[in-house]
Amino acid sequence: MNARLLPLAAFALLVALLGFGLFWNTHHDQREVPSPLIGKAAPEFRLPVLNADNREFGSADLKGKPYLLNVFGSWCPSCVDEHPVLVRYSKELGLPLVGYNWKDDAADATAWLARFGNPYDVIVADTVGRTAIDFGVYGAPETFLVDADGFIRLKRIGALTPDYVEKELKPAIAALRRSGAGGQP
Amino acid sequence: MKQHLYGATLFALLLSLLCTIAAAVQPLDFKDAAEEKRFQSLTRELRCLVCQNQNLADSDAGLAGDLRREVFEQMRAGKSDAQIKDYLVARYSQFVLYDPPLSGSTWLLWFGPLLALLAGAAVVVVVVRRRAAALAHKTPAATAPREEEDW
Repeated sequence: MNARLLPLAAFALLVALLGFGLFWNTHHDQREVPSPLIGKAAPEFRLPVLNADNREFGSADLKGKPYLLNVFGSWCPSCVDEHPVLVRYSKELGLPLVGYNWKDDAADATAWLARFGNPYDVIVADTVGRTAIDFGVYGAPETFLVDADGFIRLKRIGALTPDYVEKELKPAIAALRRSGAGGQP
Repeated sequence: MKQHLYGATLFALLLSLLCTIAAAVQPLDFKDAAEEKRFQSLTRELRCLVCQNQNLADSDAGLAGDLRREVFEQMRAGKSDAQIKDYLVARYSQFVLYDPPLSGSTWLLWFGPLLALLAGAAVVVVVVRRRAAALAHKTPAATAPREEEDW
């Protein structure tokens, strides 16, 4: 090879590398940390139900049922963007939708739900944040799909979009039903 | 006027710095200096998932506070540093470690710079050898640098 072409080749390589970096970052969220919990058993939890004195709800009540767990907070701006998607799809998806009110004030959460609608079948309140650590939550909103055997199948970090529901969530739920991990309808 | 503005900016900067420090340092009652030192060095090696370029010791994000409390309580419960790290890695992946262990998925991270260095050295060796060979072909008088040389 002609040594004169070496700098040009090196430059072309660098351009290709940086171009790939630009392309990659416009298609991926750099802050997203893939969860190591996918394919593993969802953590056991038992938390107070929002606005129901002394009543608790937890993984034991969901045994044998697939469900969606949606982490939200009234302090979270992206949750407002996501909420219409939950309201629109909650019935259609045909799974219990568990709201996970994370590090929030009960009065604020109630006002927030009154304003934007309540698509949840049940809402648990985690004011301390310990169970959220078990789930590997690091930012709201996050959504988990848990199968009938209690395994986490899918995790969405960031707001659900109609596109994501159609292309990722619905096929994942359909796969659950086919594999027999969809529980009794 | 200009000086006044400068002073005000400096004051604002100092104030914001103070706020950060005050918020990041939570009152945890350490039983002795050794425990505090261990806690500090451990949280310095762990990454905050919210402000991803900060460690747990420095971050004032809500989650960082929760994780610091968790680390502290596990230390009190007699867990080793390795056990605490395993606990966090199981939930948040190796991304929480500022000093990731050598494994199949991290070998490029560890040896990538060395590979780049070796590749650079190989290029230098090739270029030097070629120049030496080119010079050897010429008469001894031609060793002085000449204007038409490329390199």
